[in-house]
Amino acid sequence: MVLVLALGDLHIPHRAPDLPAKFKSMLVPGKIQHIICTGNLCIKITSRHSFQEIHDYLKSLCPDLHITRGEYDEDVQYPDTKTLTIGQFKLGLCHGHQVIPWGDLDSLAMLQRQLDVDILVTGHTHQFKAYKHEGGVVINPGSATGAYSSITYDVNPSFVLMDIDGLRVVVYAHELIDGEVKVDKIDFKKASTNQSAP
Amino acid sequence: MMLDAGGEDEEKWLAEGIAGLQHNAFYMHRALDSNNLRDALKYSAQMLSELRTSRLSPHKYYELYMRAFDELRKLEMFFKEETKRGCTVIDLYELVQHAGNILPRLYLLCTVGSVYIKSKEAPAKDILKDLCRNVSWVFNIPFVVSSLGVISLKSVGISCLILVRSMKDGGNWCGWLGNLEHASVGKRHCMIATQKGMVARDGDGVIDAVEFVLQNFTEMNKLWVRMQHQGPVREKEKREKERSELRDLVGKNLHVLSQIDGVDLDMYKETVLPRVLEQVVNCKDDLAQHYLMDCIIQVFPDEYHLQTLETLLSACPQLQPTVDIMTVLSQLMERFCPSFFKWKLFSKLSHAIGKVIDSQPDMPIVGAISLYVSLLTFTLRVHPDRLDYVDQVLGSCVKKLSGKPRIEDNKATKQIVALLSAPVEKYNDIDTALKLSNYPRVMDHLDHSTKKVMAVVIIQSIMKNNTHISTADKVEALFELLKGLIKDMDGTQDEELDEEDFKEEQNSVAGLVHMFYNDDPEEMLQIICTVRKHILLGGPKRLAFTVPPLIFSALKLVRSLQGHDGEAVGEDVPTTPKKIFQILNQTIEALSSVPSSELALRLYLQCAEAANDCDLEPVAYEFFTQAFILYEEEVADSKAQVTAIHLIIGTLQRMNVFGVENRDTLTHKATGYSAKLLKKPDQCRAVYACSHLFWVDDQDGIKDGERVLLCLKRALRIANAAQQMANAARGSAGPVSLFVEILNKYLYFFEKGNPQITSAAIQGLIELIVTEMQSDNSTARPAADSFFASTLRYVQFQKQKGGAVGERYEHIKV
Repeated sequence: MVLVLALGDLHIPHRAPDLPAKFKSMLVPGKIQHIICTGNLCIKITSRHSFQEIHDYLKSLCPDLHITRGEYDEDVQYPDTKTLTIGQFKLGLCHGHQVIPWGDLDSLAMLQRQLDVDILVTGHTHQFKAYKHEGGVVINPGSATGAYSSITYDVNPSFVLMDIDGLRVVVYAHELIDGEVKVDKIDFKKASTNQSAP
Repeated sequence: MMLDAGGEDEEKWLAEGIAGLQHNAFYMHRALDSNNLRDALKYSAQMLSELRTSRLSPHKYYELYMRAFDELRKLEMFFKEETKRGCTVIDLYELVQHAGNILPRLYLLCTVGSVYIKSKEAPAKDILKDLCRNVSWVFNIPFVVSSLGVISLKSVGISCLILVRSMKDGGNWCGWLGNLEHASVGKRHCMIATQKGMVARDGDGVIDAVEFVLQNFTEMNKLWVRMQHQGPVREKEKREKERSELRDLVGKNLHVLSQIDGVDLDMYKETVLPRVLEQVVNCKDDLAQHYLMDCIIQVFPDEYHLQTLETLLSACPQLQPTVDIMTVLSQLMERFCPSFFKWKLFSKLSHAIGKVIDSQPDMPIVGAISLYVSLLTFTLRVHPDRLDYVDQVLGSCVKKLSGKPRIEDNKATKQIVALLSAPVEKYNDIDTALKLSNYPRVMDHLDHSTKKVMAVVIIQSIMKNNTHISTADKVEALFELLKGLIKDMDGTQDEELDEEDFKEEQNSVAGLVHMFYNDDPEEMLQIICTVRKHILLGGPKRLAFTVPPLIFSALKLVRSLQGHDGEAVGEDVPTTPKKIFQILNQTIEALSSVPSSELALRLYLQCAEAANDCDLEPVAYEFFTQAFILYEEEVADSKAQVTAIHLIIGTLQRMNVFGVENRDTLTHKATGYSAKLLKKPDQCRAVYACSHLFWVDDQDGIKDGERVLLCLKRALRIANAAQQMANAARGSAGPVSLFVEILNKYLYFFEKGNPQITSAAIQGLIELIVTEMQSDNSTARPAADSFFASTLRYVQFQKQKGGAVGERYEHIKV
């Protein structure tokens, strides 16, 4: 069993001052094996004093951190797309502003085919989504800070924890609604037929 | 070190000591029995010489001492008899001073002294004083101090003990119940001290007793302070530890003073406190000062402190700079807290501190400020509700600082920071601190970098406590405090600036903007205008940090107005999206003029979309125009262009506010720029992305299948060109992946029901890709291969789906 934290679109400090305190208290080092971040962390500083940069914060939660570049990220080192394999699953990561129309499931499916992944994680719309699509899974963890979005109204802060176990992945969607964290569980099973590609 | 020796050696030394002692005691007894004064003195001195050892542990030493002490009682009896036989006690007193060694002489003096006191031939106080002088004189001899420091302290105790005993026997003026305290501190060291001051029975005696204890206190403290300089440097740490363990013995003197019945307020005020403070100040030792100040506060009653506040406070600035006066004083003030008279205490303290400061014009500024800090600490603790008091303290501080040059003294600066941080920390709510009119005036006296430090403290407090600043006035007041971060200060441009520090500061300001919030749109607009006014003064370097949060804050306001249908109310409504968009436009313009064009372009697009949602076509068009202008004129980097054009296409795709004409202009521009990107693959991808500008699923108006096809065909041509270029340049196949991507776009629109996209075209494209792949087997293209394979798998999947979709796919063969 492997625990993967997926989050993105923090937009700190453009659109929010920090991660919600409730989230911070939930996310503790040592529990998560991988972090995948779709991008738009925004600030890029090496903090020596008071404000811990979000990149360092995530790194402190789990050193295996994968980030793709959002359109507000100044860090040019983040790639546009990234793939990684965790257990039986191949994961693809992309911020999503490159995929037009934004948030469009069929267009994202094309990216999923392009990256040839079982699970595609993208952001940009600030709206939590988890779909089973053509034998794969498409996940948008939403905005971890509940940042303003031109696409989505009334954004609640959210992130996703994925529990990957064998051919099964359980997605725990965490959403902060009126100060309370609501957790939704979505279960996916990888179709074994999909594996036997020539 | 000898004292570290094992128990066996010690036993041996003790046995030797006892043997020597008994030997001499034997001859002393014989002399006593034969009334031979000279021999009695000789052997008693020799006997006492056995105490001159530093080899024994406290416990063993005590045993030896007690034996000697018993023998001395016999000697004392003998002295008493002797005076009856005609020898005057003064003669005896003189006689014993001839003893060759200090320690025996001291014991003998004390023994005679005791008889002397009882004889009443001279006033007890004179005798005591003389003894004290002797004792302290002994301490001043370097030999004793260096080798017998500890023993000397014991001697103080011992001599005192003997005196105590004699006084008790005399019973007349003062009973000193002393007990020998065998304090085994620090494992090795022994202290014997007088412990209990007892009742003085007549008025005259009180003064004697007080005088005696004061002298004892002074000498003991001196010795205690001096201890740290004795012995090798490498043991300094150990000595400091020992010192702190011995401090209670010094402090006991103060306790004794407080217990003497006759020490009333007058005597405390006139004699005790001034003398004690004199010693405290003069000893110039921080450990002693901190401890003794604390002692004074703890052992004497509140009422005394209240009546002598000025004296006590005036000593504070004279203490060593390392002494934490604030803790000392806050302890004092804490003591007052439960008192019922606390209401009048503030004015009393405030008055006393003012007087102390006024009366000492030479007092360093740091001393004055630290007094204010302690007063403020007290005020915040006792009168948290009295903001006027808090402000008053700050006001006094401003008064003190006014006319002085800007503070450069590091310690003083630290104190001001402490002064300013206290209310922020106490109230956990900057709202409250903002009400303090003198707060910014104190801040004005800080140098630029400290001002910034203070500003960061304030911001952190706001963030930590999640404090919402809800009015424009408060924002204005807050920015006044934060101006060190908000703009360049005069004459500080050349100041060495750490880039990372600067970024961090500006990011904290950016985060702060999100804490300004009011539900009322009008007030919120005021807040936004206030923020804007200030951040636009920040200069080009700050704008890239501070403009985005302002823009998004305003966009949130726009959205809240959308919900309220504000525009229906009429022309008079002051807060309309239109008005906000004007402000936004001007603000982003400021950003685009500094080299942050890429950021500005993104913000224009955000605004365009928001204007779209508000149904404001001209506004949205204006924002798009600005975005395009920036794209044309400012975005030069090819990678930045790729991202920018995708953002433009992505945004434009979502716009539904435009009429045909405006829309055509913008889509034409977007496709044009897409085809002009530097790299062919980038061109190709941008162009096929543009196909979505002509086919928007949930809108009736825009389903222009023909132009979709034109885009895709154009993309195909570019992919072909890319292929040929790659062949020519590198002799290898170009990016087949582009064809697969275009195939996917064909499939996309095919599925959406675009009549221009035929199954034949798709079939053709699939075959093209297969040919391309076969023509170049040499190059490994796992990515393109798997992409194509999964695309074909998808087609298969759709074919098997059945229904309308399956039917559409029926003619495609894979």
